Amino acid sequence: MMSDLNQTVLYQYLLRLGDSSLTMGQRLAEWCGHGPYLEEDVALTNVSLDFIGHAQLFYQLAVALDDEHKTPDDLAFLRDAHEYRNPLITELPKGDFAYTTLKQYFIDVFNLNLFQGLKHSQLEPLAQVAKKALMEVKYHLKRSEAWVVRLALSTDEAKARIQKSLDDLWFYTPELFEVDDGMRTLVDAEVIPDYATIKSSWQERVEELLQKCELEPPESGWVATGGMEGEHSEHLGYLLAEMQFLPRAYPGCEW
Amino acid sequence: MVMNASENTLDVSTIERILSKVKDPEIPVISIRDLGILQNIVITGNLVTVEIIPTYSGCPAMYAIQADIKKALQMHQINEVEVKLVDDPIWSTEMITTRGRAAMQSYGIAPPLVAGEKNIRCPQCSSENTVRISEFGSTACKALYRCEDCLEPFDYFKCHA
Repeated sequence: MMSDLNQTVLYQYLLRLGDSSLTMGQRLAEWCGHGPYLEEDVALTNVSLDFIGHAQLFYQLAVALDDEHKTPDDLAFLRDAHEYRNPLITELPKGDFAYTTLKQYFIDVFNLNLFQGLKHSQLEPLAQVAKKALMEVKYHLKRSEAWVVRLALSTDEAKARIQKSLDDLWFYTPELFEVDDGMRTLVDAEVIPDYATIKSSWQERVEELLQKCELEPPESGWVATGGMEGEHSEHLGYLLAEMQFLPRAYPGCEW
Repeated sequence: MVMNASENTLDVSTIERILSKVKDPEIPVISIRDLGILQNIVITGNLVTVEIIPTYSGCPAMYAIQADIKKALQMHQINEVEVKLVDDPIWSTEMITTRGRAAMQSYGIAPPLVAGEKNIRCPQCSSENTVRISEFGSTACKALYRCEDCLEPFDYFKCHA
């Protein structure tokens, strides 16, 4: 059954996983030296390292599929914005601490459900990566969830900032659950889980927390989409320009 | 003069003995064996293959550990070395040996809780009256705690299982 899989479809899907992790990791790394206090600075950058580590694992699976002898670094550093497959939410500028925290929470709940599904993948190497990543995601979620509660039920300023973050981020979340024809074949082959189930679990958990935090999602707005086709916001270009500068200016250089 | 490895017979226990001196770069009192990341040693002719598993996906120390393994073996004239990062089994803190836990404790890091234990003990005064300051400490594998009795802050090696 595995050999019948369309390798291009699988490759694109692995890029989506890797690109989502890498852009999250890069945005979190921007907090280095800018955290609200020392311990939180360390926490943000440690989570960043986990995300970059996950990206590397997904890219390794991707490069194993092609015959071009590419490395995970080639995928990270030598592709342009239109070749990235992450949803727009992960490339958005880091914003303030409330914004970073709420975005982190949305992604952590999503990853928890996604990786819980992927660990049953018929594609054994993908299942193995998901199992490993899941242990880390659970810890990330514990932290981001506690922070959302702490900010939302704190001072007026903290509450206003997290409500503003919710207003700004809410319509970027539906894109997380988008599925295209290629992905449907992966669902049918039990390589990836059903995204509708992931979506309903995500909604249930998130809505419960928002209620507990007395936060109101906005009622209408522009719904983000396009990442899966390589149509990104202008922010991704700036992110890549900074992240890719060194390997592009000094090709093949090593640490 | 030290003999060339090729003139010696390589055996796993020799390699193991050498590698027992390779420590975690972040916790230089615990060996990679006691940390549970050294999984397998395979000798094929003159080639020594050392299999290790990563701790956290993003652990930057893995590169240093790979280099340290090669360096340690090279010091014994064992130059044909391959260090392989394998993904099975998945590392968990349950793989840390009793000796490793004791080394951590005496170094000032509270070892991960095991089943049945409820409270994290201060590695300085053994008090169970401790509070968490941050989910992450000086490295990805640790959280930051404070003892409410002796008032010392300390690292807790997170339970990862």
